[in-house]
Amino acid sequence: MIKRTISSIALALGLAVATIPALASEGEGLAPAGTNIRDQASLQRGAKLFFNYCVGCHSLKYVRYSRLASDLGLSEEEVMTNLNFTGAKFGEPVISHMPADDAKTWFGKDPPDLSLEARAKGVDFIFNYLNSFYLDPTRPVGWNNTVFPNASMPNPLWELQGLQTAVHGEAAPGQEAVVEKLQISTPGRMSPEEFRGATRDLTAFLEYAAEPAALERQSIGVWVILFLAGLTFLLYLLKHEYWKDVHESH
Amino acid sequence: MANVFSRIGDWVNERAPNLAPTYRKHMTEYFAPKNFNLWYYFGSLALLVLVNQIVTGIFLTMNYKTSALEAFNSVEYIMRDVEWGWLIRYMHSTGASLFFVVVFLHMFRGIMYGSFKRPRELVWILGMLIFLVLMAEAFMGYVLPWGNMSFWGAKVIISLFGTIPYIGGSLVEWIMGDFLPADATLNRFFALHVIALPLVLLLLVVLHLAALHEVGSNNPDGVDVKHGPKGNKWNPEKPIDAIPFHPYYTVKDLVGVGFFLTIAAFIIFFAPTFGGWFLEHDNFTPANNLVTPSHIKPSWYFTPFYAILRMIPSFFGTAIWGVIGMFGAILLLALLPWIDKGEVRSVRYRGLGFRIALGVLVFSFLALGLVGAGVTAEVIPEWFPGADVTTWENAFGRLMVLGYFGFFVFVWVYTRFGFEKTKPVPERVTMHD
Repeated sequence: MIKRTISSIALALGLAVATIPALASEGEGLAPAGTNIRDQASLQRGAKLFFNYCVGCHSLKYVRYSRLASDLGLSEEEVMTNLNFTGAKFGEPVISHMPADDAKTWFGKDPPDLSLEARAKGVDFIFNYLNSFYLDPTRPVGWNNTVFPNASMPNPLWELQGLQTAVHGEAAPGQEAVVEKLQISTPGRMSPEEFRGATRDLTAFLEYAAEPAALERQSIGVWVILFLAGLTFLLYLLKHEYWKDVHESH
Repeated sequence: MANVFSRIGDWVNERAPNLAPTYRKHMTEYFAPKNFNLWYYFGSLALLVLVNQIVTGIFLTMNYKTSALEAFNSVEYIMRDVEWGWLIRYMHSTGASLFFVVVFLHMFRGIMYGSFKRPRELVWILGMLIFLVLMAEAFMGYVLPWGNMSFWGAKVIISLFGTIPYIGGSLVEWIMGDFLPADATLNRFFALHVIALPLVLLLLVVLHLAALHEVGSNNPDGVDVKHGPKGNKWNPEKPIDAIPFHPYYTVKDLVGVGFFLTIAAFIIFFAPTFGGWFLEHDNFTPANNLVTPSHIKPSWYFTPFYAILRMIPSFFGTAIWGVIGMFGAILLLALLPWIDKGEVRSVRYRGLGFRIALGVLVFSFLALGLVGAGVTAEVIPEWFPGADVTTWENAFGRLMVLGYFGFFVFVWVYTRFGFEKTKPVPERVTMHD
């Protein structure tokens, strides 16, 4: 009976676990981001890219400069001179200086805060999005994106990636041609391989920004689980000892 | 030192002479059948999770801001700036999901071993009331972070009351205190979530246990130990097949607690969102009444009932049938002691028909969960390219609704008209370990 009970629980758990990927894979057909937030150098490179190319428009309103320093292994001076270009104080959060009204005029919408973007959209989405900009003269700012069609955002990293153009397939009658693939028409400062690495770092930085606790969560978790496993074993021995009475009384 | 303790004990005893006998009645002299198996851990685990929810909840309220403008920010403040805030919040959010895991398993145990049957109907009814209050508690708690799924989930669920004829529209406004889920809704849900419903829940749990201790626990054999031979090594008048709850079941339950906490810790530290099942992606975006999430769905533990709601079509110009079906699904469970008229309690000695029906119930409940969570809508186009998703999903979902309600109809007919061929029930409990 016990065996059957255990196997039925295992089956139920298996069913539950089997359904996890169904919800987890929000964006289908996306290349895996392959980020590693435990790689501090990657986070530092990502932060550098963020503060050079993104913070002009996007805030990280839940992230403080001081927290960045301690989590990314940087000194206050390094953060204040290399990352903080807005004149904010060390303990203040990362707020973009772009006026909201101007943003609406220029892009048609207010650039969203990116503090939780990695948790809301997933890291794969961000990584693929950053790699999928292409020139599209029909769009107001001249850019389009295959991962997020008709995005209002131009490619901020074009000088690194170069200019991508779309190769369209045959258009079905009465429909617009589908983008088959993207190709670099004008090379940028980075090779395609280097650019993928750079966007991976940037994605990792946003993943960290979305949940700074993730840095310590797992390393604490290992000890907690080891402790609980040991405790469970001791409790089992305790139970075994007490239950000798019960088994004798048969 | 021991002398001090015994003097304190005497002092208390003199002033409250019934305290020690009450403790003995419910612990050291509460005799429970000795053959409890794995399924008997989930009651004490539910109590453990309840305590976890209350304690972590108290700490969360210390930094949470009850306001539509500040709620979302305050949750992120807890996650980032409050010392250990992330751990407390994950313990609370994981606890909410695990509460339903253990409660579902606890309820299944009751159905499987016939624990709801005479003389334990009151225990079962009180348990079903706990389940109902727990669902209200979880729903309101889910609204508090004020993410976009909080907002839209609240809007959809509260709108259900709008299907009630005549008063529906005004009822919805009365519940929300506004025309949309808004600041007023958030404030009243906070009040209900942190004080009103927990008080009701605690009271019901006390009554649930008190009612249980009046009649005594059932066991996997469904045998009445009270009617068997008397006299065990602890007490000559108590049933031979029963053992004192304390210390034997307290130490055994502690092993369950250890296992459970290890699994819970794994989720809390390594997969706190559980792939979007325990904390949804869309709830990391603040509430916005202008942006609808692509799939509005409730938390996973509501999805079977939500699927019943969605799968029952509206006719005679009203959608109330789905709402009736959803609440009916819970009501039928509560009425199980009067639907299942079989004399034999445990599935071990019941007829094949009951075993199959129980399997159908579990399968359709899990399948409805997948339908309600939108998994079938994702899987159908993958497995059957070119199939019409809505048609297939409705066909499958409605079949599962039939399976769920079919269980109750079948079991009533099966036991009321004597179709069940049971096996002989042993005189005494059988030990399997």
